[in-house]
Amino acid sequence: MENFEPKIVAFVCNWCTYAGADLTGTSRIKYSANVKIIRFPCTGRIDFMLLLKAFANGADGIMVSGCHPNDCHYTSGNFHARRRWIVFRTLLDFLGIDTKRIVFSWVSAAEGVKWAEMVNNTVSEIIKLGPYKEYQEIAKEYLQNNEEDGNE
Amino acid sequence: MARIGVFICHCGENISSTVDVVNVADEIAKIPGVVHSVDYKYMCSDPGQTLIIEAIKEHKLTGVIVGACSPRMHEGTFRKALEVAGLNPYMCEMANLREHCSWVHEKSQKTTNKAYDLVKMLVEKVKHNESLHSIKVPVTKTALVIGGGVAGIQASLDIANAGHNVFLIEREPSIGGHMSQLSETFPTLDCSQCILTPRMVEIAQHPNITLYTYSEVEKVEGFIGNFKVTIRKKAKSLDEKACTGCGLCITKCPNKKIPNEFEQGLGNRTAIYVPFPQAVPNKPVIDKINCTYYTKGKCKICEKVCPTKAIRFDQEDELVELQIGAIVLATGFDIKKTDFFPEYGYGKYKDIIDGLQFERLASASGPTAGAIRRPSDGKEPKTIVFLACAGSRDSAKGIPYCSKICCMYTAKHAMLYQHKVHDGKAYIFYMDIRAAGKNYDEFTRRAIEEDGANYIRGRVSRIYERNGKLIVVGADTLMGAVPVEIEADMVVLATAAISSKGSEDLAQKLHVSYDQYHFFAEAHPKLKPVETNTAGIMLAGACQSPKDIPESVSAASGAASKVIGLFSNSELSRDPLIAYVNKSAPPIFSTCVGCFICESVCPYNAIGHEEIKDRDGVIIKTIAYINPSLCQGCGTCVAICRTKSIDIHGYSNKQVYTEVISLLNDI
Repeated sequence: MENFEPKIVAFVCNWCTYAGADLTGTSRIKYSANVKIIRFPCTGRIDFMLLLKAFANGADGIMVSGCHPNDCHYTSGNFHARRRWIVFRTLLDFLGIDTKRIVFSWVSAAEGVKWAEMVNNTVSEIIKLGPYKEYQEIAKEYLQNNEEDGNE
Repeated sequence: MARIGVFICHCGENISSTVDVVNVADEIAKIPGVVHSVDYKYMCSDPGQTLIIEAIKEHKLTGVIVGACSPRMHEGTFRKALEVAGLNPYMCEMANLREHCSWVHEKSQKTTNKAYDLVKMLVEKVKHNESLHSIKVPVTKTALVIGGGVAGIQASLDIANAGHNVFLIEREPSIGGHMSQLSETFPTLDCSQCILTPRMVEIAQHPNITLYTYSEVEKVEGFIGNFKVTIRKKAKSLDEKACTGCGLCITKCPNKKIPNEFEQGLGNRTAIYVPFPQAVPNKPVIDKINCTYYTKGKCKICEKVCPTKAIRFDQEDELVELQIGAIVLATGFDIKKTDFFPEYGYGKYKDIIDGLQFERLASASGPTAGAIRRPSDGKEPKTIVFLACAGSRDSAKGIPYCSKICCMYTAKHAMLYQHKVHDGKAYIFYMDIRAAGKNYDEFTRRAIEEDGANYIRGRVSRIYERNGKLIVVGADTLMGAVPVEIEADMVVLATAAISSKGSEDLAQKLHVSYDQYHFFAEAHPKLKPVETNTAGIMLAGACQSPKDIPESVSAASGAASKVIGLFSNSELSRDPLIAYVNKSAPPIFSTCVGCFICESVCPYNAIGHEEIKDRDGVIIKTIAYINPSLCQGCGTCVAICRTKSIDIHGYSNKQVYTEVISLLNDI
């Protein structure tokens, strides 16, 4: 378990959290390098199958973050994301997927400090949980059998 | 086969001091498809861009990755470079190695590895990028300015003088804003109203400006060049065309004891009122909350005395829909009231006032006609204490920022007081004197050296009353933090400047970002200070952060020039990163099954139905159709689509799944 470097993917919206993480940078606030950001136009764009795809490919934790309720650049994308997440979380839980490994949050363009805190908390939480071997084992088998259409 | 070029920027030392850029470039070069990978000190510079352009031509590149700063900063720059080189601009992706990597991590192999991963991910993504062409949309050459303070006035005049129509809306009955309340202005001590009121009149008379006072924004739809804004014109209970502004109704109104907002509660007004004598428009409104007719059902004296029969008790709020091309936000600021401070008596002492109240006392048109009189008993205060930084720069109070204007106006207040009360003593408690501005430091020096204001560096812990005097307890930190106690007749708190009431609501209506203090956020703190992240909406004045008059005016002119620039085009180019429904050959036509869930989630009503007909005109299938001129590219429909029939340019399923997979796997 020591020297465990968790792989964490962050799915963030372009307008709030991506800009918030930019502000973390301009404010030179340090955080863990284990989290890597993938940019989306809006949390509403985030297809939750992407989360499963990330776990299948070795992610130990996932962050999803966008604009606060009412602040969405596109009016309501974050509400759709929230609704979908509520349903999806129950489903994941039912399927035996550890929902503690998915952190859903709102970080605005002004919350550079919050972003750094979110990242550091998530990383230490995932380190406590350890590598997500269970899912990766199952996924490996699946991926090998479905190599050809593995990226859809 | 993709031929990808990767360009890693040092950003001076901003990236290279923590990320081993040479190593990243070398390692990336090994990825299949990468035919060219280099590092350079400043990619955004002219030679840097030339480097990219030359490489595109020489290596016949089909995709470009620039590993540099945030794409929010320079994506446009590099897309243009691609265009110059003859490559489609949307074949460029930027890896954010500065804000998301070098600036937030320590120098280590782990940081370099992360940088490599971020670039690698986009190398794989760009293999799936498509050539795209920007979408042309028409521009409505009419501007909306929200807020009629000095910033809104300046922006309106600048845009109107360039020959465009402007709608200026103001929620109060008159334009003028806070500047019209000020007595004199620093550092010139010229009368605030004397310089502002001619501008206000110009607004009223300008043929290109339509002024809506007592009005607020109800709803905003659409996008840059094509906003549809609904304005609520609150009922003034007055036929403005019939009213001549004679003022007879005001003198006859029996309800005369309403605290006057314009006088900051230091004077009274009637229920039918004009906020101040120089108001524009100079026609009254009826305050429904205090009017005897509206509260008790009878009175109507104003209606009886009005010589032109202009009073309309049955008037209702009116909704007006406007077609707007660009919006300037100029909603200004508010200040904290004295009841915000428990240590200074929660506002219970009448003689502790805020800066705006002092402005009204010192103003020739104010409640005391310019004489400094304390509110409790009307006596002339012989000792007066000014507290700079009341609430500002105080994290414990939740306002860690500097309110910027207080140092200067406190010096001005002390000066005005000394000019009016020759035997008076003015003390100023301050933290630092921040007087950075043209002739500003000279001004504060003058307050100290010529007018004899006593500056004490330290904070005040408590104010309480003893024998009719206000005891100000503080410390002098330049004298070794010795306790100081001053018996004052009046205390003026330079309270913190805060965002204008309702800013959050308005920001949400307009979809512009705002900070935790509800000031509106600019698109870039340095390079786009008057634009917001929402294209077509600009910022002017103190709605963005505390600003003094010259700064507000320059920001307003800046915002106006952005609007005029926008209006100089007959059509606009918009990013083509929008959603589309897939099409295929008959007999399938599209995988869309016509469930239209996408239609119900689209925030822009951009999704309609498309009927696929055979040669005889018989409908074979009805599928979703996304109107490209309405779609803004949020992608909610893409994620909601059950059959994965909708995709979005720039963030397509292929692209984002590839990103996830390549980020997590070694190649």
